[in-house]
Amino acid sequence: MRSSPTSEPDALHSEAFLHRLMARQLKLSISCAATFLVALLALPLVNYFFPEVMAKRLFGFTLTWLVLGVLFFPYVWVISWIFIKRSMALESEEVASIRGKQQ
Amino acid sequence: MMDLFPLFSAATTGGTAGAGLDYWIVAFSAITVIVTIWMGFRSAKTSKTAGDFFVAGRSVSVGWNASAISGEYLSAASFMGIAGMVMSSGYDALWYPVCYACGYLFLLLFIAGPLRRFGAYTIPDFAEGRFDSPLFRKIAVCFVLFIGFFYTMPQMKGAGTTLAYIFPGLPYWAGVVVVGAVITVNVALGGMKGITLVQAFQYWAKMFAISVPIFVLMAFYGHYGKQLSLNATAPQAAVQTIEGRKPLPEKAPNDATWISPFGRLTTKAAAAAGLSPEEQKPYSLLYTYSLIVAIVCGTAGLPHILVRFYTNPDGVAAKKTTMWVMILIGVFYVFPPVFGALGRNLLPELYLAAGAKGTDKVVLELPRLLNERVPGLGSILSGVTCAGAFAAFMSTFSGLLVSMTGALAHDVYGRMLRPKSTAEQRMRAFKVAAVVIGAVAIVLGTRVEQFEINFMVGQAFAIAAASYFPLLFMSAWWRGMTMKGAATGMLTGGLLALLGISLTSFSDMKWIDLAEFWKANPLLRILCEQPAIWTVPLAITLMIVVSKLTRKEIPADIRMKMLVLHAPEQLGLKQEYIQEHQHGH
Repeated sequence: MRSSPTSEPDALHSEAFLHRLMARQLKLSISCAATFLVALLALPLVNYFFPEVMAKRLFGFTLTWLVLGVLFFPYVWVISWIFIKRSMALESEEVASIRGKQQ
Repeated sequence: MMDLFPLFSAATTGGTAGAGLDYWIVAFSAITVIVTIWMGFRSAKTSKTAGDFFVAGRSVSVGWNASAISGEYLSAASFMGIAGMVMSSGYDALWYPVCYACGYLFLLLFIAGPLRRFGAYTIPDFAEGRFDSPLFRKIAVCFVLFIGFFYTMPQMKGAGTTLAYIFPGLPYWAGVVVVGAVITVNVALGGMKGITLVQAFQYWAKMFAISVPIFVLMAFYGHYGKQLSLNATAPQAAVQTIEGRKPLPEKAPNDATWISPFGRLTTKAAAAAGLSPEEQKPYSLLYTYSLIVAIVCGTAGLPHILVRFYTNPDGVAAKKTTMWVMILIGVFYVFPPVFGALGRNLLPELYLAAGAKGTDKVVLELPRLLNERVPGLGSILSGVTCAGAFAAFMSTFSGLLVSMTGALAHDVYGRMLRPKSTAEQRMRAFKVAAVVIGAVAIVLGTRVEQFEINFMVGQAFAIAAASYFPLLFMSAWWRGMTMKGAATGMLTGGLLALLGISLTSFSDMKWIDLAEFWKANPLLRILCEQPAIWTVPLAITLMIVVSKLTRKEIPADIRMKMLVLHAPEQLGLKQEYIQEHQHGH
């Protein structure tokens, strides 16, 4: 099934394959990280500039406490779930493309 | 209220704090310790080879591994420290649990898959393999020990605090010594295969122990939101009497600073410098950001967590495991701050005490209040949280001990000192190293009673963030990295973080007198106490600059290395890489 080490130059060991592989995976990772970082890094700024809004009460919580102490966790789960799904799809595409070329 | 447990009510009706020995608590804690040790010994019989000891034969399923990683990760800081710090500092302390959980996202996005694919036992293995440099291995090993020791200190404080609570009158140091010795023996005999099972079991023990008591407490005293609503956001006097809570002592932070962002934790340095509340805020913002960087990046650079990724069968399993870990620990982290909020309203006398008797024990003591409502119930639930605390510091301490011992036995002894040693000699080295490291950790642990558990763990993360995180992140994604670049960045960033943190800790311990200097320079105090905001970018910049300057030294087979790191296992590159490497040497 797998490529033979002696058959060079083949698609698997080519510069183009590595470049595409890393670029696609990195792009996915960075876009997920950005989604997360925007929320994480914005919260202190929102606390800083809009303290009254963030001190509004919701079920007894202040808004900022509710966001940071509770809502942040599910937000991160959603991002990681999307990442896993896309990353696995991406990997099986890469495997399929290499095997397609070898036949 | 009806007396549910008449047999034990004699022992438990003596009030809450300061009562004598409580047999429920002793029983629950003893069971946890005995089960943990028994599991360690039982699995010691089934782990024979050195490979079994280091990474559990790499045959652990996603569910087991995710529970085990979570079990190992949820340390005394998570179980006791967060609640204590939320109680003492309020909102600002919430950044810790959130970033502890979210740091895993970074690990998942950038590091978990590639690291597993590359295949090595430890981070030093990765460092050597990625740059073909045995020298770099020696440099990388140092940080396993630096980070490890910083991380074991708070676990030891957790142990000392818990034992001093269970056995009133027992000095703090005695608890540290007893727990440290028990775990050291357990690790020396069990190795990591034992630990995988034990850790997985301990995650569920901790989850049960933190959640069940809090639901019962909330049922009697009011839910999370209600507890927070008792704290007004408008500034007012420090001493308040409000229905539903006990009066706060003078030493407690007032409501507004407790529940609002930029409170005591982050403004400490600026407040000591005598700045006005308005002037303190920018410093506070800087502190918050630096803390976020430290913990989010630090999670991805913890040696005792990363070694677990090698127990996944492949890169996809490593990613799946990480996602499950985030869910398991995320659910957990909702609960400790609830203890902090309840503790502020119901157990404010903890504000008056320091060290092992202070807010760090709120998780242990708070459930005992229920004895007022249902005699016996409070003691049982306090026993449950004590058992959880044991599970927390025992599992994390074991995990750290395994990875530090692994570094000494596998790297220093097996690779540097005696490369030709037999498997049997290496096993013996593992045991000796475990005892040596355990002893050092115990001595360090007895010195840190005054520091908050959670704060100390945060410091260990800051060192990891400035050393291993840049190394792993850059090595996995940038092929232009050279060994010199990686080493320069990691050493400079990591050592500067270590230096800054040591300076602030030593001055807080009064070993060196810097109080006046910090007062005059609050900015420097923050940058030393929370160094991640400048050390992480510095480490990455140095890696890039030095690698560019030494570009000729990029490993010759870099393309192959990158393929192994990133290509799916089905393509079979790993086996090929190993074959080529064997021919090459």
